[in-house]
Amino acid sequence: MKYVEEFRRSGPVKNLTERIHRSAGSDPLIFMEVCGTHTMAIARYGIRELLPASVELISGPGCPVCVTPQQEIDRAVALARLPETIVTTFGDMMKVPGSASSLEFEHGRGADIRIVTSTLDALVIAGKNPDRNVVFIGVGFETTAPTVAAAIKMAKERHIHNFSVLSAHKLVPPALKALSEGPLKIDGFLCPGHVSAIIGIHPYEFLPEQYHTACVISGFEPLDILESLHLLIRQVRDNAPGIENQYKRAVRKNGNPVARQWMDDVFSPCDSVWRGIGMIPDSGLKIRPQYAGHDILQRVHLEVEPAEEPAGCRCGEVLRGVIRPPECPLFGKSCLPETPVGACMVSGEGTCAAYYRYQSWNAPLVSETV
Amino acid sequence: MEEIRLSHGGGGRLSRQLIENEIAPLLKNPLVDAMEDSAVFSVEQSRLAFTTDSYVVHPLFFPGGDIGRLAVCGTVNDLSMVGATPLYISLGLIIEEGFSLEDLRRILRSIRETAAEADVQVVTGDTKVVERGKGDGLYINTSGVGVIGQTLRPDISNVRPGDMVVINGPLGQHGMAVMTARRDLGFETQIPSDVRPLNHLVRAMMIQGPGVHALRDATRGGLVTVCHEIACQSGVGIELTETDIPVEDPVKGACEMLGYDPLYVANEGVLVAFIAPEALDRILKAMREREDGRRSTVIGRVTGTPQKRVVLRTSLGSHRLLDLLSGEQLPRIC
Repeated sequence: MKYVEEFRRSGPVKNLTERIHRSAGSDPLIFMEVCGTHTMAIARYGIRELLPASVELISGPGCPVCVTPQQEIDRAVALARLPETIVTTFGDMMKVPGSASSLEFEHGRGADIRIVTSTLDALVIAGKNPDRNVVFIGVGFETTAPTVAAAIKMAKERHIHNFSVLSAHKLVPPALKALSEGPLKIDGFLCPGHVSAIIGIHPYEFLPEQYHTACVISGFEPLDILESLHLLIRQVRDNAPGIENQYKRAVRKNGNPVARQWMDDVFSPCDSVWRGIGMIPDSGLKIRPQYAGHDILQRVHLEVEPAEEPAGCRCGEVLRGVIRPPECPLFGKSCLPETPVGACMVSGEGTCAAYYRYQSWNAPLVSETV
Repeated sequence: MEEIRLSHGGGGRLSRQLIENEIAPLLKNPLVDAMEDSAVFSVEQSRLAFTTDSYVVHPLFFPGGDIGRLAVCGTVNDLSMVGATPLYISLGLIIEEGFSLEDLRRILRSIRETAAEADVQVVTGDTKVVERGKGDGLYINTSGVGVIGQTLRPDISNVRPGDMVVINGPLGQHGMAVMTARRDLGFETQIPSDVRPLNHLVRAMMIQGPGVHALRDATRGGLVTVCHEIACQSGVGIELTETDIPVEDPVKGACEMLGYDPLYVANEGVLVAFIAPEALDRILKAMREREDGRRSTVIGRVTGTPQKRVVLRTSLGSHRLLDLLSGEQLPRIC
C-alpha cells in the first residue's frame, strides 16, 4: 500500500536503527513528542525497544482530548441534556470522564449525541434538523481548527442558524513554550506532523533560538519517526539546534496559508486551561464576535462549576513528561481503559492508553482484573 | 456502573466482564463455566454439542452475504470448533412491523442455500413481529446441535507450548465489509465478507488424526480476542509474527483510514487452529487442498512465557503487547 508499506520496511528500519545507535553517544538525551498520533505510533511499533539506552523518548501533552479540562467536558454534558439539542463530536470525546458523567453515559441515557468524522457532517445534520440545535464540540489543535472555522463560515453564509460550536481548541506552540519553561530539561522536540502542515516551520523558531532545543517535524510511520530521532540526535551532538522538516511529503515551509486565514477569520487566541498543566496564555481559540451566532457560549447560559481533578489522578504529571504512566499509582489498577479516572487513559491517543495497550508487560491483565 | 453500555456487546473486556461477573455466576454449572464455543455433553452413548447465537448485524445485506447466511454459518462454525459435526439448526426470527416481505424472502433463500452448503437442516423455529420502531428490521437467533464422533476433540486444555498457530485465510474481511457497506462512509471499494461454513474444512483437518489441539472462530473481537481467551484459560503465552499474518490491501486501507486494527476486526470465515508441531505439515497440506483453506498459514506459536500474554513481533523486529479491546471497535457487525 502506497505511503504506508515503504515506511515500514524492516531493511531501512534496521539501517536507521544502527545509525541511531552509532551516533547517540552515552550522555542521556531526552526527546519529547507532543502529538497523540506520535504517542500511539511509537507505542504500537515498539520504537523505544529499538533505541539505545541513552535516548529517552517521552510523551507530552499532544492529545487534545487529554488536555481538555473536566469543566469543558461538563459543559458538553450540560449541552447534551438541553432539550431539542443534538450534540455532535469526534469519537474520542465520547468516553472522556467529566466530573460526574461523560457523553457516552449521556448517550446511554437517551441524549442525542452523534459521532461525526468531520465538522461539515455536523453542518449537514443541522441542515436536516432545522428545529433542533446542533452543537459541535470543537476539540483539537491547529489540524482541526481550520475545518471547524470552515464549517462556521459556511453556516453563516448559508444562514444555518441552528449550528453552533463549543470552542475548546488549543494551540501547540504556546504549550511548547510552557514546557520549555518547566522543570524538565528537554533536549529536543519531535514536532507534530499534521499541526505543522497547517502552521509551517516558523512558529517553532523560538525553540532553538531561545531554549537551544533541537526540533524535527516528523511524519508518523516508523521510518519517519526513526529518521527524525536520528536528525534530533545529530542536532544535539553537533550542538546545532534548529528546525528540520522530515515530513516533507506533507509539510511545506510556509504551512497552509489558506487554512490559517480561515482560522484567523473565525477565531482569536485566548488564555486557556490545559488539564493537568494549568493556564497557558494565548494557547486557546475563541470564536470572534462577528460569528457569535455560532458560538454556543454566546447563545446559551451554562452553569458549570470549575471541576477538581479526581483524587490520586496524576494525568498532569504524565502530560508534562514528569512521570511515565506506570509511575502513577492508579495506572492499571483503578484507572483502566474501560474505567478511566483521567483522560490520559481513555483517549484513543492518550499516553497512558498507549502504554497500557501496547507496552504494559507488567500491568495486570484482563483475566486478573475481571 | 449500573447500566449496560454499547461496549458490553463488543466482544472485548467489558463483554467478558458482563458474562463472568453477572451472567455466569447466576447460571453456574460446569458446562457454562467451560466457556467454549459450544457446550459439550453426553446423552446415553452419544457426545453432543449445543450452541446458540443471535444476529443483529446492520446493514442486513452486505457484500458477500447477509444476515441469513451469517445466522447459519455462525452456529455451524461454533459447533465445528469443538469438533462436532453440525446437524440441526433452529431459526428464531424477530421481525419489525413494516419489514419488506421481499427482503425476508431473500434472507430465507440465503438461509436455505447456506444450510445446504453446510449440510445441515433447519428443523424448528419461531417467528415474532414487534411494532414499528421496536425492532430495527430483523433480528435472528439460531441454535444448533451436532454430534462428536472422534474420541479426541479440540479442547483448550490440549494447548501447550510449542503448538503452532494457524489460520485459513486473510483477516478483517467481514468487519470491514459491513463497515464499508454503511452508506454514510462513501467508500467506493467493495470489500466482500468472508462469511462461510467451516465444518467441511474442520472435518478435513480432523481426519488427519490427532494434532488439532484447539479451534476457535475469530468472530467479534478478531484474532487477538481468540488468542487472549486461549492464553488466559490455559496459562500459556502466544507470540504472533506480523509479517506472516495475511491481510488484503483493501482491508488494510479501510482500517488505516478508519483507525481500526485488522487483528481485532471480526471475521466470519476464519478459524484459528492450535496444532501440534509434529502434525503441522500433514494438516496444513489437507487444509490447502480445499478452497476455504487455500491460504492457510502459520502465523505464530504458543510459548511458555510470558504467561497469559499475547505478543506481536512487529515487522520492525520490535515487540508489542496485544491486549484485549475494552469496548467495541465496530458496533453491530454480527
